[in-house]
Amino acid sequence: MRTAQKRTGRAPKVAVAAAALILPATLTACGGAAASGTESPNTLTVQDYLDPSRDPLYQACAKEVGVTLVISHVAGPGLIRKVLQQSSSRTLPDVLMLDNPDVQQIAESGALSPLSDYGIRGEGMLPAVVKAGTYAGKLYGLAPAVNTLSIFYNKEMFRAAGITTPPKTWDDLRANAKRLTTQDRYGFAMSTINTYEGTWQFLPFMWGNGGTEQDITTEETVQAVQFLVDLQNDGSMSKSSLIWSQDDVIDQFIAGKAAMVVNGPWQIPALQEQRDVQWGAFTIPTRLPTQTTVAPLGGEVYTVPRTADRAKMAKAGRFVQCLVSPEQQLQTAKVAQNVPTTPAVAEQAGRSNPALAPFVTTVQNARSRTALLGPDWPKAATKIYNAVQLALTGKAAPAEALRLAQGD
Amino acid sequence: MTSANLSLPAAAGGRRKIARMRLLRRATPWLFCLPAIVFVAMFFGYPIVQNVVMGFQEYTTSTFYSGEAPWVGLSNYATILSSYLFTTTLVNTALFTVGSIVFQFVIGLALALFFKRNFPLSGFLRSLLLLPWLLPLIASSAVWKWLLDQESGALNQFLGLFGVPAVPWLVDPTLALIGVIGVNIWLGIPFNVAILYSGLQAVPKLLYEAGSLDGAVGWKAFRHITWPNIRPVVSVVIVLGVVYTLKVVDIILGLTGGGPANSTQTLATDAYNASFVEFNFGEGAAISNILIVVSLVFALVYLYISRREPNE
Repeated sequence: MRTAQKRTGRAPKVAVAAAALILPATLTACGGAAASGTESPNTLTVQDYLDPSRDPLYQACAKEVGVTLVISHVAGPGLIRKVLQQSSSRTLPDVLMLDNPDVQQIAESGALSPLSDYGIRGEGMLPAVVKAGTYAGKLYGLAPAVNTLSIFYNKEMFRAAGITTPPKTWDDLRANAKRLTTQDRYGFAMSTINTYEGTWQFLPFMWGNGGTEQDITTEETVQAVQFLVDLQNDGSMSKSSLIWSQDDVIDQFIAGKAAMVVNGPWQIPALQEQRDVQWGAFTIPTRLPTQTTVAPLGGEVYTVPRTADRAKMAKAGRFVQCLVSPEQQLQTAKVAQNVPTTPAVAEQAGRSNPALAPFVTTVQNARSRTALLGPDWPKAATKIYNAVQLALTGKAAPAEALRLAQGD
Repeated sequence: MTSANLSLPAAAGGRRKIARMRLLRRATPWLFCLPAIVFVAMFFGYPIVQNVVMGFQEYTTSTFYSGEAPWVGLSNYATILSSYLFTTTLVNTALFTVGSIVFQFVIGLALALFFKRNFPLSGFLRSLLLLPWLLPLIASSAVWKWLLDQESGALNQFLGLFGVPAVPWLVDPTLALIGVIGVNIWLGIPFNVAILYSGLQAVPKLLYEAGSLDGAVGWKAFRHITWPNIRPVVSVVIVLGVVYTLKVVDIILGLTGGGPANSTQTLATDAYNASFVEFNFGEGAAISNILIVVSLVFALVYLYISRREPNE
């Protein structure tokens, strides 16, 4: 679960620690339990890291395709490990959900079949989503609905501080954050944790200012890191952001200990449960008013792994096609509070759910993390969160931190 | 000659029987060892050999499906050794291990000596002391993470009563390492107490009685009677402690994930990250090979000590 936690129940925070010395070796030797091929030709196995709220959506498509399903929800952090085991023992499920930045890596390994084999081309869908699911010119995965980051704010705190309009630039954001900071709350909170989640949260600032993951030492990225350092030095952002996950950040917000937080639409259901917190959302400000917000694209895509059974793969293809159809996009958006992948459908969802509206706008400009580097993204992501952490802990100045982390 | 020839068939039969018997007799010890050999080869030998080989390969996500892991020679090691992080992780590993072992041992020994004087409820208290050992590590590290939280952690709220400003336990790079070491000490004390206590029990009471006649009481008794008698146990506790501590990942992952800014990253967590987060199994294997070598040195020390002891 690299980007965002979309489950209502929380996944265990800590990845289950394995015996790091011995496991790499044994991983190759042992395979997971057989996931496909054992059932009747009309049974498809589906594997994801979501929660049972998705099951009705799956069942609706199963009915349409005329198959029965065996659904397994695995814990987020363990999904890729399980997929690797399954791909070495040839027991991949018929339909596999992947977090979008992982698709290219898995596609590169050859474990997935191109969706064009089943007539799926992603017409009319957001180009960034299609790009996220494409490896070496072929489409391998598509998402019914996607998400991105924005800033949630506490309306009451804004009123009390006399702030009438949401900030548009970094300077505004910094000034507002300072005004909103009191003895027992921070004006601003985000996650700068040392995982891919920290990178994902930093990207809107880096990309929105024109920074690029191909060379993280450019002035634009330095400015973005400096901005976070400034927020921290102002006392507007807690040093604990270094160890907060996105869920910890929203907990701070709900507890009234942060006035503005960077987070995604999957938190909306949790926020709606809080009757006494009046909240709103606005798009993440840019350094200059002339810049446009570029946030990272999040969301889970569905793929059809290569299994031995061609007939089943065809059925799985039809199943995925159903999952990404406009009607299913709307349903998924409702269940998961995500933004439908087809822009026209997204607008429709935004109209019926005002809370989602800022995310609908931002998604149109969102960029997928693998767009530039493809399967090499994880390496860059590691460098980025390391650099942010080096700077925020004061171990190095922003420019130096980025140079150190880039490693050249 | 002829008689020898004549008797050959019978003698040959007997000799063959004897040879077979002798072979069987010679093979018997090996047959008894066989299950152990197979076990060690399967569960220790194979993974280690595989791990060593993997360290020379570009072993990535693709390898799992295609089965291809190109041989890259020493390039994994070159990458690791030239990384700006390597020195940091090495130093952290040393600090973490030494810090943990010293305090675990000193506190463990003090408690063991304390519990040696049997006082009311001492047995009960001693068993309570084992609690940290009984808790799942993931659970205890999650609880410690709450306790050490800067804003709302119990420890800072307690210190706040005395006017101490909030301490950024897991957030400040220096304090984070101290915090992680502290939790590991808490975790290691039961092991030290349990082993050292049993060592103390084995010291003959007579020695103390005889010693007290010569004026060896208190510190002197410890210095000249207790310490020499528990030395074999002490070396076992320390060497095992070092090997256990070197490979700790769960506590660090649970508390800080190696952060902030890699200030609690050790060889073990780094290997874990390389293998299971970045899925760069080649590099992960290379790091863990380095770790295996370090552990092996201490394992050899342990073997040397335990072999020498009986002769003393």
